Amino acid sequence: MTRHKLLKRIGFYALVVVIVVFSVFPFYYAVVTSFASGTALFRVNYLPSGFDLRNYQAVLGSRNFLYSIGNSLIIATLTVGLSLFLGVTASYALARVRFRGRGLLLMTILAVSMFPQIAVLAGLFELVRFLGIFNTHWAMILSYTIFTLPFTVWVLTTFMRDLPVEIEEAAIVDGASPWIIITRVFLPLLWPAMVTTGLLAFIGAWNEFLFALTFTSTESMRTVPVAIGLLSGASEQEIPWGPIMAASVIVTVPLIVLVLIFQRKIVAGLTAGGVKG
Amino acid sequence: MTDPIAGRPGGPSLRQRRQRAAFWFLAPMLFALLCVAAWPLARTIWFSFTNTTLSNLYGGEWVGFDNYLSMRTLSSGRVVWRGTLVDPAWWNAVWNTVRFSLISVGFETVLGLIVALVLNAEFKGRALVRAAILIPWAIPTIVSAKMWAWMLNDQFGILNDILLRLGLIGEKIAWTASTETAMTAVLIVDIWKTTPFMALLILAGLQMVPRDIYEAARIDGIHPVKVFFRVTLPLIKPALMVAVIFRMLDALRIFDLIYVLTPNSSATKTMSVISRENMIDFDKFAYGAAQSTLLFAIIAVFVSAYIWLGRVDLGGEGSK
Repeated sequence: MTRHKLLKRIGFYALVVVIVVFSVFPFYYAVVTSFASGTALFRVNYLPSGFDLRNYQAVLGSRNFLYSIGNSLIIATLTVGLSLFLGVTASYALARVRFRGRGLLLMTILAVSMFPQIAVLAGLFELVRFLGIFNTHWAMILSYTIFTLPFTVWVLTTFMRDLPVEIEEAAIVDGASPWIIITRVFLPLLWPAMVTTGLLAFIGAWNEFLFALTFTSTESMRTVPVAIGLLSGASEQEIPWGPIMAASVIVTVPLIVLVLIFQRKIVAGLTAGGVKG
Repeated sequence: MTDPIAGRPGGPSLRQRRQRAAFWFLAPMLFALLCVAAWPLARTIWFSFTNTTLSNLYGGEWVGFDNYLSMRTLSSGRVVWRGTLVDPAWWNAVWNTVRFSLISVGFETVLGLIVALVLNAEFKGRALVRAAILIPWAIPTIVSAKMWAWMLNDQFGILNDILLRLGLIGEKIAWTASTETAMTAVLIVDIWKTTPFMALLILAGLQMVPRDIYEAARIDGIHPVKVFFRVTLPLIKPALMVAVIFRMLDALRIFDLIYVLTPNSSATKTMSVISRENMIDFDKFAYGAAQSTLLFAIIAVFVSAYIWLGRVDLGGEGSK
């Protein structure tokens, strides 16, 4: 019986090890590759073979890659700010005020977040051209709203609905207007939820590819995913794998750190919003 | 919910004032969604009935269903069908998308369930495992596509090296380039990237199952496998269904991974990829719009069927 138990334990931990290795290995290997250059790149190394910073120098020395990081930061930050601003007031109305058609409205918002983005691409392309914002940050900020806003509204509504009625009642009795109630009563309580949704929306905007690929035309306007996705050599044999891995590590490490710090909050937000990563 | 405390005499009641305020709070958000979702969608559908080109966005003329299906009789009397619905490339993309979605979501559900069950058990180092599985989720899709493209490289890739060493393959495989393995490569990366998401959603469901159920089953000496299929699975079914539907919707519209990992491979080209290709790269804007409209229609039918069949309480009205 104890032997049986021991075997079971070993089996369980073997499974755990497989899960961890499978999850972490590709990133580990990217890090290993990013520190190899020259011929070391073309030997399969399971363990770090050296500490060569040339790939990082190549990536960070290229002006366009730095622009891309800047573009992504600006776009993601503004998108999140806009979504949170529109989302907080809207979710107050959706969570705390009873009106006809509320359920339907929530369903519609959820439906929008499930949209295939390709379905709006042609129409958005026309809109972006019409507004004269093609190949500017605004093209992405506008188009990313389609997935960040419904998600923000949805999660904040779920969160606000669970707050007790009493906190609002006192303010109402004192004659506070809805605007005062939102800014003075709810906003301080909403910070945790806003951090979570903001972070998830930021990651969504940071990772987006289709719109950024379609709405930019010059290298200096590209966002990080487009810059990395289109980094290629003259031929199949000349793909600069070293710099690609270095660039990948540079843009991924901050995300991983953020995700690990806010682990619990992110898991809570994901399960509330059921949104894609 | 707070109900009207009597309003000021002569003025609108509190409820009315609150509803009016609610309208103004909702208006900006609704306007934004109208601009970025409803209007572009309507325009895409409209474009699909015209012959608009990329270079001449406003010069398109109404052509009815020609982009979808049209019939022409040649002078020789031969009947020629044209349009997306008789385009083999489109049906290839549909087949690729369906195949990709079913296989990837299938694997992710099973693997996600296993990972969730592991995480639901109490053991040393659980926090570490939880952190580890968040890494694939946190890595941008494009970056994971590149990382795997390197690992799957035919000459210098580590995967071929491992498989050769283990003696599982006789010669190096061109994973992403060969038509036989391109879909497998895409599936591997997608499963790696999204299983964590699935696992976390299922784990949330698992954690709602009261622990004493397992306790009782153990005391009664019921085999754990039986407990899983008879007790756990039925209890987490709602959470599982939500996870599956979200993943399915995501898989049906996949674009970025395939665009970067296996560019121009007809073995993996999905509906999203082919629509964008026609729209932007081939200057068949209206034709691509028709294809994306079809994809939208497919997803819309799928969602409505799910909501209708599942009677999901999406608004959360029942809880109040």
